[in-house]
Amino acid sequence: MERRQFLSLALGGGAATLAAAGRPAEAAPVRTSARIVIIGAGAAGTALANRLTRRLDGAQITIIDPRQQHLYQPGLSLVAAGLKPSSYVVSDTAQWLPSGVTWLPERVAAVDAEAKTVATEGGQMLPYDWLVVASGLLLDHDAIEGFSLDMVGENGLGALYAGPEHAARTWAAASKFIEEGGTALFTRPATEMKCAGAPLKHAFLIDDIARRAGSASKTNMVYLAPQGVLFSVPIVAEKVRMLIGERGIDTQFNQTLKSIDAGARRATFTSETGGETEMDYDYLQVIPPQRAPDFVRQSGLSWADRWVDQGWIEVDPATLRHRRYPEIFAVGDIAGVPKGKTAASVKWQVPVVEDHLVGAIEGREGSQTYNGYTSCPLITRVGRAMLVEFDYQNNLTPSFPGIIAPLEELWISWLMKEVALKATYNAMLRGRA
Amino acid sequence: MKDLTFSTLVAVFEEVFGRGLFWMMVAAAALITLGYLYVLLRDRAVSWKKFLLAQLSMPVGAVLAVWFVMVMTESHLSDLGGPVDIIVFLAVAAVGAVGMAILVYTLESLLGSTRTKRAPEG
Repeated sequence: MERRQFLSLALGGGAATLAAAGRPAEAAPVRTSARIVIIGAGAAGTALANRLTRRLDGAQITIIDPRQQHLYQPGLSLVAAGLKPSSYVVSDTAQWLPSGVTWLPERVAAVDAEAKTVATEGGQMLPYDWLVVASGLLLDHDAIEGFSLDMVGENGLGALYAGPEHAARTWAAASKFIEEGGTALFTRPATEMKCAGAPLKHAFLIDDIARRAGSASKTNMVYLAPQGVLFSVPIVAEKVRMLIGERGIDTQFNQTLKSIDAGARRATFTSETGGETEMDYDYLQVIPPQRAPDFVRQSGLSWADRWVDQGWIEVDPATLRHRRYPEIFAVGDIAGVPKGKTAASVKWQVPVVEDHLVGAIEGREGSQTYNGYTSCPLITRVGRAMLVEFDYQNNLTPSFPGIIAPLEELWISWLMKEVALKATYNAMLRGRA
Repeated sequence: MKDLTFSTLVAVFEEVFGRGLFWMMVAAAALITLGYLYVLLRDRAVSWKKFLLAQLSMPVGAVLAVWFVMVMTESHLSDLGGPVDIIVFLAVAAVGAVGMAILVYTLESLLGSTRTKRAPEG
């Protein structure tokens, strides 16, 4: 239905379609006195809190997050390429939270899944009937020897994942490189990561901007990955291999960034066999290993036999419900599922968790399932992107089949990323999309 | 994209142009449309003399609309990559052309010009 609505709008269907696109009548709220604790007020926690307040009447919902600022993380790639200011990704956490939800601005110290309590670092103890962990993940910058975040922006160092200010400083370093020329190294970690397309986008954008600036002849770009492929979905990996080849960006597989010597502008990479390679750079994009926050790992919520160095929460991939503690759900980056640490995944995960949580409160089984859907508007240059969408099975799942081809570089996909994505994201935060 | 509602669409456009500019443009479009309806009702006929100038202005409107969208989205003509891009591009041009024609017709009817001020043609 929604696809057809979009198509008729896109093709000039106009007002009649809009009038018909009203929301279906919502079911009456479920009366309950359940205590629900949500850890994290990022994309997933905020969207879920907004949806739950509409579905439940009388629930005590507490959301725990010390951060005063909400970050629109999909915008960081644009900030790091000088296309948006850092303020583009920043808003107040408070503005998105519904009334009727208690916001506790503290850090979580531990979860006791047996006693069903959450302890904060400030010493509060919150009992819960239902717990949703949407804590997000930790960027482990300390794992890169010789690197610290205060270096970003100087000496050719970029770290666009680290936040809005660091993304802006990343652009300062990148634009200096574009001006002066030299060798740029683009990296990604060996762990699971947020938006696996972002390291590629950054390489494509810096290459494109350098070309437009007439610096192509004096710049040399290398993309280094710990993996053996450019993208986890084979059909996308092949397309990216062709694109990156056309652009003249060198690729090196099986290379993990281990350490840097910032003064000498030299990076050391390790391979699977333990061999080390040193490379000089004029610009280096550092994307560090990514892990679950300590409290998740220490509280015994993680998978015991998968991602043991990373600690993602042990959930059923279809329902996002904890496999050992049925009153716990995990949603967003922290969920231990094979795909999808993106806002697009959040958008599809949140209604599933909502369904199973509200169902459990009502004493029934939820019926919705998450198929691993995620999407990545893979920017290939300023003005063009490929809208890549896929699921757990590595199947492509295009939203607009026959109209927006998934493996085609299109202007409309760029428009979506540049223009429509943030508005859609904001609507999702409010639980309206 | 999971679902698309009217409020999402409004939010999208506010994001594109900025809230102030978007609503100013909506107000301008509404005013021009009202003005157009007013002159149609007042004159009780379409003046083909006025329409000649309106039609001549259509290519100008098309070019202006395309230029506006390209600047707002940091895009270039060379970014058009597939059939759907051409459709979106043509739609933008068509909207610009029709909008301009209505604007010119309305202005000419309201302000008048020596060429079309004489009594309506038979």
